[in-house]
Amino acid sequence: MTKGTGGGSLELRGITKRFGSLVANDGIDLEVRPGEIHCLLGENGAGKSTLMNILYGLYEPDEGQLLIDDEPLVVRGPRDAIAAGIGMVHQHFMLIPVFTVLENIMLGEERTRRGGLLDHARARRDVLDISRKYGLEVDPDAVVGGLPVGVQQRVEIVKALIRNARVLILDEPTAVLTPQETEELFTVMRALREAGHSIVFITHKLKEVKAIADRITVIRRGAVVGTADPSDSEAELAALMVGRDVRLTVDKPPAAAGAEPVFEVRNLTVLDESGRAVLDDVSFDIRPGEILGVAGVQGNGQTELAEAILGLRTATGTITLDGARLSGRTPRQVLGGGVGFIPEDRGHDALVESASVAENLVLDLYRDAPFGRHGSIDVKAVQDNAEQRVAEFDIRTTSVHAAVGTLSGGNQQKVVVAREMSRPLRLLVAAQPTRGVDVGAMAFIHERIVAERALGRPILIISTELDEIFALADRIAVMFRGKIVGIVPPETSRERIGLLMAGAHE
Amino acid sequence: MERLRRHLAAGSMIVIGLFAIVAFGLGSRTGHGAKAAFGFDYLGKSSIHLPDLTVPAGPAAIGLGALCVTFGVLRLARPALQTWAIAGFLACLVAAFLTWGTAGQSLAFTGLLNATLLAAVPLVLGSLCGLLCERSGIINVAIEGQFLVGACASAYVGSVSGSLWAGLIAGCLAGALLGALLAVFANRYLVGQVVLGVVLNVFAAGLTGFLYERLLQADPNHRNKALTFADIRIPGLASLPVVGPVLFDQNIIFYLAVLLIAAVQIGLFHTRWGLRTRAVGEHPTAAETVGIRVLATRYRNVIMAGLISGLGGVWMTLGSGAPFGKDMAAGQGFIALAALIFGRWSPLGSLSAALLFGFAQGISISLQPLNTPVPTAFLSMTPYLATIFAVAGLVGHVRAPAAEGIPYVKA
Repeated sequence: MTKGTGGGSLELRGITKRFGSLVANDGIDLEVRPGEIHCLLGENGAGKSTLMNILYGLYEPDEGQLLIDDEPLVVRGPRDAIAAGIGMVHQHFMLIPVFTVLENIMLGEERTRRGGLLDHARARRDVLDISRKYGLEVDPDAVVGGLPVGVQQRVEIVKALIRNARVLILDEPTAVLTPQETEELFTVMRALREAGHSIVFITHKLKEVKAIADRITVIRRGAVVGTADPSDSEAELAALMVGRDVRLTVDKPPAAAGAEPVFEVRNLTVLDESGRAVLDDVSFDIRPGEILGVAGVQGNGQTELAEAILGLRTATGTITLDGARLSGRTPRQVLGGGVGFIPEDRGHDALVESASVAENLVLDLYRDAPFGRHGSIDVKAVQDNAEQRVAEFDIRTTSVHAAVGTLSGGNQQKVVVAREMSRPLRLLVAAQPTRGVDVGAMAFIHERIVAERALGRPILIISTELDEIFALADRIAVMFRGKIVGIVPPETSRERIGLLMAGAHE
Repeated sequence: MERLRRHLAAGSMIVIGLFAIVAFGLGSRTGHGAKAAFGFDYLGKSSIHLPDLTVPAGPAAIGLGALCVTFGVLRLARPALQTWAIAGFLACLVAAFLTWGTAGQSLAFTGLLNATLLAAVPLVLGSLCGLLCERSGIINVAIEGQFLVGACASAYVGSVSGSLWAGLIAGCLAGALLGALLAVFANRYLVGQVVLGVVLNVFAAGLTGFLYERLLQADPNHRNKALTFADIRIPGLASLPVVGPVLFDQNIIFYLAVLLIAAVQIGLFHTRWGLRTRAVGEHPTAAETVGIRVLATRYRNVIMAGLISGLGGVWMTLGSGAPFGKDMAAGQGFIALAALIFGRWSPLGSLSAALLFGFAQGISISLQPLNTPVPTAFLSMTPYLATIFAVAGLVGHVRAPAAEGIPYVKA
């Protein structure tokens, strides 16, 4: 075995993994050849990450076999995977924020001097060697917690390479990147391929697959449904991924022009615990029947913006809706005033997972008629409401009494959307409305949002998926480090918006 | 908010300084030209003789009180110098108090220093124990219990076997055994670690209390003797004035404690073991993905830590020449925990904190024979009072290891 130089071939045969009654991986076969970028395409929840965690020894498969360089391989833990030349960049980075880049990279693979002391000088040399060889620029002495995610990702890649990884698994690596950073990553990936490394690139983004993949394996509901070619059209790839024909565009009539803004945000500022402005003097307005899309890399103040509008965070500045002041009100008053809110983390902020679908559908309505009656809840009214919403929003559930946590991501999100849209709205704030949702549910949710727009509501969409922003927005506001760095028309190029997301000013 | 805090803190410093001038400088104790004398010879052990330092108590206390006020003003005017202002303030306040307490008499300053160090030894050992545990992600509030079992085992084994070393080893092992219990329940059965620690403390107190009455005291002359390790005088260094006899003429456990501080400080920040330990305490999943065995690391650290706190227990018996007494740890394990937090989870920081708390204990011991109007019980309370103020007021925002107290469950 020529460690570190040649590429590795990797083969998975009949991998099956069950979690209780759920079959996450169902007899998966996959073959990765030396020196290729092999794309694993599938929707959220299709079982891609489970498969890769098996490969990396974090889960044990119930059935099946792994082969590396045609030799059977038993992976009992990450240690075995690393020894076999498999490296992994996890979707959520496995870096220790308080450690320096160097410490993170050498952890587990420490170079030591005599007496067991850490040999920082040698580790630094090794890191800089790899960094130069593949164009992965990192500062060994920077503390990781303060680095942009793009750089953290580079650290992860160096970490894998320093362990002589010949097969590199990248799990949804572009989810946190700007379009430019994605391009840079692709450049690095190509350099690695030139050097003979094999790469497994996990994603659900069709454009990226077409841009970089040598071969494509599509998985759906835990099973391989076919292989595809990068030259196939996006529609073909999507059909394979979802299992039926899907529409990738949203039909949207042109915006009604000329009306005065009804939702206005002026000089909104939010400070974090240490007094730093996480939302910095943000101003914008939205006209009736207009969708303002807020684009930006995650963690640039979008969460705080949504929470400040809802009254979940103390903020300075003013927010007005239909001429009435919204700032300084409690969340209950804001919701009661006709604001619909789809939070970005539905499991945490939007649903009570152990409560039933019916209960979740009235979480903010149970106090008043028809559901609340003299301090008790009218169970019949709650159930009738639930049955109506389940039919109207096509929520797939065994019963309205089933716990929401047992539903799929897409159906959970439909519960949230159904609840928020079931009362007369004057403003809709939707943060990541289709995160972790299958393509079918995504199209449905987008249609509902456009329907609200047709009714003349002002709508604020916050999304880190540029495709979603382009599909829905009438105007696009780009956030960077808590500021809105530009508000641009939807015809603006992807590249231009990417630059704004990285902080370039208008 | 920040401004208000600063004003409040500086204001109270100024008020306390004025109080020091009135109470310590203008009271009857320091009046009539009473002098305060500070001696620097410790039991005549030092070969170089230094003269006593004698100051007029009244004017000295007033001057020190005025300095306290000045530091309060400095805190207000120059927020950047806040750490220095607070340190200077505390030093002057303590000096003013000592001058007042000593007025008309003499205080053996070297003796005070010695008492400080001796009091700091178990605190240092306890906080090193806590440090090894918490840096790997396990909260250990059972240090107190580990002191007790260590003290009990070392007194019994030392007395019965007649070997001090056997006693020392037994004490360390007893501490490690309690540590192993903590590790098993925390790692394997995922018991809440703070509750678990409290339970272990109660268990240790009950067990050693029972053994004390039924086993040790049944035949104290053979089973619970007052034994002690002899002092080891390091030639040359021990003859240095003031610090010589205090630092270089102590028993083996004292030297072991000093070595352990250095070893943990270097180990934690400059070796593979330390890097992995810190990784496991910060982000165990990340450590796992680079092939580090998280639970094994935690088991190993908690058990090693138990050896160290067991040694702290040995210090209370074989290190201090005392037989085992019921509940003899008297809350030192908790003060050690406070020293760990105050010292920001670093060995040298813990050492400084332990010295500060030790000094508070040293003062209460040294002032008792001087007949100050302050009641003895109040003086004995000062170390604990100092602990509360230190942890609540001075520490500010410290960051504990991120994964501390969270059980690690493999996917």
